[in-house]
Amino acid sequence: MFLKNFLFHLGRYVIMMRTAFYRPERVSMYYKETMRQMNDIGIGSLLIVALISIFIGAVTAVQFSYQLDGTLVPTYYIGYIVRDSTIIELAPTITCLVLAGKVGSNMAAEIGGMRQKEHIDAMEIMGVNTAGYLIMPKVVAALFVIPMLVAIAAFISIMGGYVAAVPTGLMSNAEFVQGVRSFFVPYNVTMMFVKAVVFAVLLTSVSCYQGYYVEGGSIELGKASTNAVVFSDILILLADYVIAVLLTG
Amino acid sequence: MIRAIDIFKSFGEQDVLKGITTEFYPAQTNLIIGRSGAGKTVLLKLLVGLLAPTSGKVFYDDVDFFALNKRQVRAIRMKVGMLFQASALFDSMTVEQNVRFPLDMFTNMTRKEKLDRVNYCLERVNLHEVNDKFPSELSGGMQKRVGIARAIVLKPKYLFCDEPNSGLDPKTAILIDELIRSITMENNITTVVNTHDMNSVMGIGDNVILLYNGEIAWRGDRDQVMESDNEVLQNFIFASPFLQQLRDSAIKK
Repeated sequence: MFLKNFLFHLGRYVIMMRTAFYRPERVSMYYKETMRQMNDIGIGSLLIVALISIFIGAVTAVQFSYQLDGTLVPTYYIGYIVRDSTIIELAPTITCLVLAGKVGSNMAAEIGGMRQKEHIDAMEIMGVNTAGYLIMPKVVAALFVIPMLVAIAAFISIMGGYVAAVPTGLMSNAEFVQGVRSFFVPYNVTMMFVKAVVFAVLLTSVSCYQGYYVEGGSIELGKASTNAVVFSDILILLADYVIAVLLTG
Repeated sequence: MIRAIDIFKSFGEQDVLKGITTEFYPAQTNLIIGRSGAGKTVLLKLLVGLLAPTSGKVFYDDVDFFALNKRQVRAIRMKVGMLFQASALFDSMTVEQNVRFPLDMFTNMTRKEKLDRVNYCLERVNLHEVNDKFPSELSGGMQKRVGIARAIVLKPKYLFCDEPNSGLDPKTAILIDELIRSITMENNITTVVNTHDMNSVMGIGDNVILLYNGEIAWRGDRDQVMESDNEVLQNFIFASPFLQQLRDSAIKK
């Protein structure tokens, strides 16, 4: 039963995504919608991403300072650990988990609401490829904007680590800067962007899928919105593991 | 003309439509009537292709709709306008943007040409100075009229209306009916209206089919409705005790 259900949803998801990437009826309309989505996803999420990132960096610095206390590991390693843990893991993963909650649930509710209010039917009857018009701009916008948000998150997170470590006396300014500049591997940044792109596609497409096929009333819409977050989060964490294995193997 | 031939539709074990064969004519308001759950909405959704039949065919003129590929279906849909029960106006767009949406999506008209067409359609449904308003700022009747304006903006050959009078007061309902009928006649449109409003039947019912338990129980026009002795039709028309009393007193007299 589970397998049958899984295959049903997987098949429907693949068909939806294939339909979403048919040639647009009018590129200018899709472009406008993509710009609107970029604004909603990017500018709309900037504050929450910044807020979370600063604390991620701060907590990482404080925790590692505590763990390294009394060991022979040099203090400047805290800066190095904050930088790498942020770039490799925390910035892409935590940012996208948060975006799944904010942007993903919003997308599922928006598209689901349109389904329930017959807006999607109205567009279908006009001859609009609704999967294309409603989903493609969201996925494309996320593909551009989420990596930018992740990069900003990484930067702010390192700043958060600095704020938590230097003014409080855990380490000196010179030590933190030395740590941040030590053992830098540019490939880690590539890994961060690979994760950001994969997570962006996952969280937008899964959320759109949940909204696009919603049936029933407000309870089902609420469930779709919750499912969008839950399934996006699970898939992001699964993809995180797979990417980690593939790119570090 | 639209022809439905031997349409069956089932949802799981439940047979909703059982062998519907009928024709809908141009320049006429073709009404599908029946009680709630009779299959009216399912039939309408089948006619516009939002649902696929379990078996049977739908012809738009001579074109078998369900045998078409996606591109051909889109081409047919460019000729279709639909008014939804709840109007289905896009909340985030103004009235003008709503009506202009099909033009933006499918035509190469200039901005001015589009605006002229939008204004013409809004004036045609007797709406003035509402271009910049949002759907939430309009009354139910006005929303229906915007819905009609959007449905006719691409000059459709076929117009479908799903319970256009639901939620409206009787006077506004009559206005909407008259609007649908006059637009149908003017533009030689094949209009299919799904309703259970007897005022609509008597006002604009050029060609009426009555659905009962997924089958056509009666067909005719508005002049034949009162003369018919079809039991299902009579039960449908005189459903309320008030109307039954009126009928009985008329018979006594």
